[in-house]
Amino acid sequence: ATCPRRWRPPCASRSSGSASASPCPTRRSRWAQRLSDSRRPGAVVAPGTPRRAQAAPGPRLGCPRPRGDTDSRAAGPLALARDLLAEGGEPFFVLNSDVICEFPFAALARFHRQHGGEGSIVVTRVEEPAKYGVVVSEPDSGRICRFVEKPRVFVSNKINAGLYIFSPGILQRIQLRPTSIEKEIFPAMAQDGQLYAMELQGFWMDIGQPKDFLTGMCMYLQALRAQHPEKLHSGPGVVGNVLVDPSAKIGANCVIGPNVTIGAGVVVEDGVRIKRCTVLQGARIRSHSWLESCIVGWSCSVGQWVRMENVTVLGEDVIVNDELYLNGANVLPHKSIAESVPEPRIIM
Amino acid sequence: MPLKAVILIGGPQKGTRFRPLSFEVPKPLFPVAGVPMVQHHIEACAKVPGLKEILLMGFYQPHEALSRFLAAAQQEFKIPIRYLQEYAALGTAGGIYHFRDQILAGGADAFFVLNADVCSEFPLQEMLDFRQQHGDTDSFVILGTTANRTQALNYGCIVANADTQEVQHYVEKPSTFVSEIINCGIYLFTPAIFQHIGQVFQRNQQELALCPYLGEESSNGWQRAEVIRLEQDVFTALAGSGKLYVYKTDGFWSQIKSAGSAIYASRLYLNQYSQSHPERLAQNKPGGPIIRGNVYIHPTASVDSTAVLGPNVSIGEGVTVGAGVRIRESIILHGASLHDHTCVLNTIVGWDSTIGRWARVEGTPSDPNPNDPYAKIDSETLFRDGRLTPSITILGCSVTIPAEVVILNSIVLPHKELSRSYKNQIIL
Ligand SMILES: Nc1nc2c(ncn2[C@@H]2O[C@H](COP(=O)(O)OP(=O)(O)OP(=O)(O)O)[C@@H](O)[C@H]2O)c(=O)[nH]1
Ligand SMILES: [Mg+2]
Repeated sequence: ATCPRRWRPPCASRSSGSASASPCPTRRSRWAQRLSDSRRPGAVVAPGTPRRAQAAPGPRLGCPRPRGDTDSRAAGPLALARDLLAEGGEPFFVLNSDVICEFPFAALARFHRQHGGEGSIVVTRVEEPAKYGVVVSEPDSGRICRFVEKPRVFVSNKINAGLYIFSPGILQRIQLRPTSIEKEIFPAMAQDGQLYAMELQGFWMDIGQPKDFLTGMCMYLQALRAQHPEKLHSGPGVVGNVLVDPSAKIGANCVIGPNVTIGAGVVVEDGVRIKRCTVLQGARIRSHSWLESCIVGWSCSVGQWVRMENVTVLGEDVIVNDELYLNGANVLPHKSIAESVPEPRIIM
Repeated sequence: MPLKAVILIGGPQKGTRFRPLSFEVPKPLFPVAGVPMVQHHIEACAKVPGLKEILLMGFYQPHEALSRFLAAAQQEFKIPIRYLQEYAALGTAGGIYHFRDQILAGGADAFFVLNADVCSEFPLQEMLDFRQQHGDTDSFVILGTTANRTQALNYGCIVANADTQEVQHYVEKPSTFVSEIINCGIYLFTPAIFQHIGQVFQRNQQELALCPYLGEESSNGWQRAEVIRLEQDVFTALAGSGKLYVYKTDGFWSQIKSAGSAIYASRLYLNQYSQSHPERLAQNKPGGPIIRGNVYIHPTASVDSTAVLGPNVSIGEGVTVGAGVRIRESIILHGASLHDHTCVLNTIVGWDSTIGRWARVEGTPSDPNPNDPYAKIDSETLFRDGRLTPSITILGCSVTIPAEVVILNSIVLPHKELSRSYKNQIIL
């Protein structure tokens, strides 16, 4: 499957089976990270209960699915998987993989059962609704009246958060052709009074772009601080919210954080400074380097005295030589970087 | 055969391309490979048998740092060294002429003249031998070297007879190609040179008498009759007279005009140290920092054992280098302090400056093209097409760089306390 351009590096070489590269030790976060890290382009479809959804080993379905207001074709694959999804007559979740929030699956399933309609979508409040397509719903029941694309006057401040639950009945509405679930299916469901909106509590972020991914990671860690502070790392040299896989090794005299996620098997050598970064499984950061606002891909090796900042993204298995400066570099997988990148650019 | 040497050190108005470093110390005293620029000249002169006295000539006011240096150098090299101050900038020949009695005192029958702002092997003995060999012991010798065709235009260009090396034509910084043999700013003269300079002086006087307003209106001194340029006024006239010869050297040579060329010159001298001064080169030893290539560390500096230095690093007096610091192609001036994990590349760190931990201070080297054996360093101007050309980074004296920032291709004026990152800027 192809990936959206904007997120090329970390995913370009990853097949969908490699989602185990999660950097997060917790199940919930692993789930979320898996989705965002592997940037599984297809709709995530997990049959059955919320519990099963969480434990699901990753989708068997996948298709290019650019998010947001680009042409969406997410519905087609649902038709493809019709038999699987209709099995047992249970409702199923559908998720956009490039959003992050606290994923209120249980609440969503409860809400769905209560109203008895065909579909429920999670909505989140935004400050500037004119930038988005908004959802207009009845205040008490949540029943959706209509969708308004980029409203010129205020009609609602709630937007589609990309988390859904559907009863198998929805499958009747979908044909086996590229279909936008948001543009073609939802309006019809709303018209029939079959679609309900549940408002999301807590944070939400579209993490389709690396810059937003990092912001989403910060929000996620902040939520973790509130709900499961014991999952966060602490100790000398740890600043703020930091998530470290137990199998990762961190050297002496490092200062890590705030807002850092370090994946399984990562080695951070002595004297390294990391803030606001995601370091994926198997990467190595050599001594005295300084990283801020970066995503370091699986099995990368970052040399000594390297400085990386300003949303530098390294694809899988990238090698950055010693003493280089990478400013906003977007490096495709398996590259070896031997020269500094003083201004943001893509390294192919 | 008593010999003398004159080192032309210029004055405060010169060395503009060396700012802001020349604000703190006269450019001739700027340390190159750990010792003041002109100490390399002095050492070379002191080695020449029969060389009785070294005269530094310039238009600096008497200067404490200069006097201290001269006193120390006299001690160390066991040779009289004096500073002769011109009453105004007299040009590269005007000062020599003005102080001719001082130069000849003691019966010198030949003397060297060396530009202070060059770095060289100073093959002074070879120049003497060359003059001996071609038989005319009354002739003058210019040290020449080969440049490439384009860069030669930035120098004094010499056309010489291929067999005799007699100079047939001399032109200073021509606009079209003349020769790839260039003037190194190192000369061997006999007292007869003063007749030739004297002729220029008299001609200047006559010209000024014809248009006296020139003399009156001049405030910068350049219209004085006493202001004489060795290159344009004297060599140009001497070419083709049978008196001027060029001795070509293949040894290392560079001008030191810009601060960037000081780093390059340091590299050349540090290379030479493995022959001339192995004791000045830092070695890898247990408990000491990791040394890569040629590195000079002043004995009073304190360098952590986890620091990695080199190649081409000079660490000055009383400098502190913290744990996990990396320094390459840089000069760290006395009293500076580099905190843990800093990375300093292609930079001159000014006196008493401080760099916070994990900061990166980096410049762009302006090295000569390594694939051209005759390439010279470009004494770049600060701006090209209205933009600051990427150059080495220079921190003036007492600059403070906070932790974790990056300073790239920038020049930071003295006493600045920065609070963020900077790139490609002059920070005033
Ligand atoms: N004593 C003395 N030295 C001088 C004077 N002018 C220049 N110098 C020195 O002479 C050497 C050569 O200087 P210049 O001729 O100005 O420089 P250049 O090598 O021709 O290079 P440009 O600066 O590009 O003209 C340097 O070491 C100067 O410091 C002067 O008026 N008096
Ligand atoms: Mg000149």
